[in-house]
Amino acid sequence: MTLRSRHLLGIEGLDRSEILTILGQARTFREVLDRAIPIVPALRGRTVVNLFFEASTRTSTSFNLAASRLSCQCVNFSKATSSVSKGETLLDTARNIEAMGVDGIIIRHPAAGAPHFLARNVKAFVVNAGDGAHEHPTQALLDAFTLREKLGDLEGKRILIVGDIAHSRVARSNLLCFTKLGAKVAVCGPPTMIPPYVEDYGCEVFYRLDRILGEVDVVNMLRVQQERITASSFPTVREYRALYGLTAARLRKLAPEVVITHPGPVNWGVEMDFDVADFSQTLILPQVTNGVAVRMAVLFLLAGGEHPEG
Amino acid sequence: MNPEILSRVLLQGGTVIDLQARTVRRADVLVAGGRIEKVEGSIEEVGGAEVIDCKGKHIAPGFMDMHCHLREPGREDEETIASGTAAALAGGFTRVCPMPNTDPAIDTEAQVRFETRRAEDANCARVHPVGCCTKGRQGKELAEIGAMVSAGAVAFSDDGSAIADAQVMRRVLEYCKAFDVPVISHCEVKELVEGIANEGRMSTKLGLKSAPDVAESAQAARDILLAEFTGARLHIAHVSAKATVDLIRWAKERGVQVTAETCPHYFTLTEDALAGFDANYKVNPPLRTEADRRAVIAGLADGTIDAIATDHAPHLKGEKEAEFDAAPPGIIGFETAFSLGYEQLVLTKALSLTDYIARLATAPRRILNLPAASTAVGSEAELVVLDLKAEWTYAPDRVLSLSRNSPFIGRTMRGRVAAVLLGDRLFRF
Repeated sequence: MTLRSRHLLGIEGLDRSEILTILGQARTFREVLDRAIPIVPALRGRTVVNLFFEASTRTSTSFNLAASRLSCQCVNFSKATSSVSKGETLLDTARNIEAMGVDGIIIRHPAAGAPHFLARNVKAFVVNAGDGAHEHPTQALLDAFTLREKLGDLEGKRILIVGDIAHSRVARSNLLCFTKLGAKVAVCGPPTMIPPYVEDYGCEVFYRLDRILGEVDVVNMLRVQQERITASSFPTVREYRALYGLTAARLRKLAPEVVITHPGPVNWGVEMDFDVADFSQTLILPQVTNGVAVRMAVLFLLAGGEHPEG
Repeated sequence: MNPEILSRVLLQGGTVIDLQARTVRRADVLVAGGRIEKVEGSIEEVGGAEVIDCKGKHIAPGFMDMHCHLREPGREDEETIASGTAAALAGGFTRVCPMPNTDPAIDTEAQVRFETRRAEDANCARVHPVGCCTKGRQGKELAEIGAMVSAGAVAFSDDGSAIADAQVMRRVLEYCKAFDVPVISHCEVKELVEGIANEGRMSTKLGLKSAPDVAESAQAARDILLAEFTGARLHIAHVSAKATVDLIRWAKERGVQVTAETCPHYFTLTEDALAGFDANYKVNPPLRTEADRRAVIAGLADGTIDAIATDHAPHLKGEKEAEFDAAPPGIIGFETAFSLGYEQLVLTKALSLTDYIARLATAPRRILNLPAASTAVGSEAELVVLDLKAEWTYAPDRVLSLSRNSPFIGRTMRGRVAAVLLGDRLFRF
């Protein structure tokens, strides 16, 4: 079981069978996580670096844990500043870190394409942990993993992604991943948050949540960035919640088998009411747990580790 | 660059493109003391002239690039007037117009004189500076346009940014009427620009910060209407969008005094080139769609777009070797312009060879009130020798510019500039 690319730069470069390879590997590791001692020696002696140019506790912690559970060393390097303004370029930073001897670089960066640029210029393998509004492939993989655990095969399943599609890397990676797995995907948000030609992803577009909410199996809510208000993407939180929020009232009207996902962190009271947290079909915490297993699978497959026993 | 100094030169066996007579004919050209002495079917008596074999080649007037960036003063690490004018000559451009967005900006008579003086020292392509419309290129107060005209500035522009304030733009247009010089508008409604990639299929797919084509065309529309209202001369720089081409066509039909230019990358490439996030494809305005590319070509073909300019914009390797959002926009263009146009416009039969050469040589001089480009007897020699059959590869080691930020490095192209004759100086490439 291998992937064609040495890097994981996006869902775009993966075909359906590679996605299933990663998810299959993640299944094995998911079981490891339930053991009393949830560690395997699969990547013993290897080192990866978490190179984060954007603040993110969850994703970096998840990668960190994934590496530890594989007996792989993980070094954290965060630099929440623009590379150019400090006089040190992204390329400098990466080459310096590589010179210290690492096998892989996990990068999060505010610029779309930063991991692709890095992959062309370093020998280490590169994992995209989120690049601008472009892709966040491990989020899509963990979402797919979580949904398959709950619903089985995603072929024909109707998935609705709600929120700021235009500025969301999660939306792009999920659109690619879900459609590659055969799901029927729709997106919903105000027209100011829907990017041009989004139909190219093979999805339907809705501007009014209530026209589609009753038709789907999965509601994938996105985090709303409040700074989009100053960018005039929507007028107020109040109006956003009224039109696009998963409110307690909308929750009550949902069919009982509909499941809810969110990449976190949630703006409670904005895109979702607090009631959603207690709803039995909310998968937010399983998503977080599965994220570790999926990232273990990604690191394992890219680092070409020894097959874990058991 | 070291030219050969030749008091008598015979360009023998070539085909002469005469843009005034609009003829293309087999003829020899004898140049004596830097002036064209004879153009005849066959010149036997050479009188000790150096004979240059031009068999199979074309002889045309030197091109003029009315939009480039030579980076001096301020960024002499990227380009100087000397290196830039040498690279320009290699591309067949015997005259160039550097844009005034240097550091400091060219907004005084002294700075215009500095540029022309530097160009005289370099003694390659001739330099006709473009001065700033407003002091410090700030878009607020008029610069001393009259003084700059007296020093040799041929047009005015705040290129690099648009003049956002409509009242300032109106005053600039009105004021320039006194000197019959065009105002060159860099059309960009800043508020609509989030990043330098065309807003559309590719920006959605790649998640790149983007700018819609309407950021260009909306500003062009405003400036066209202001030009009509003031009766001034407006020139639209680097046209990239179909809507802008349509607006210019409409304006010309209405009798507005508007002219326009586009650049080789807008008729050669589309936004699809951004797929690999290579910042050498980052230009401003951004590469657009195939429909826009076709509209630009149609605009060149029907004369809506008068001129081809390079927007030669040197940047260091280290600046372009970065994530797409962080890299500065712009590519070098002198040395590839002719070949790209020959390939995309002439070989595709969108334009005849003479119409193509006219976009490079005649139109810019007409727009800037300079004497017509000529291959006629009596005129000073300012000629390019073109080898249209040549196939050549733009290799990094042949780049004459100080910067190498071109997406065309490594590309094999058809047609090239073989030599330039400027007065009694022959440059062979």
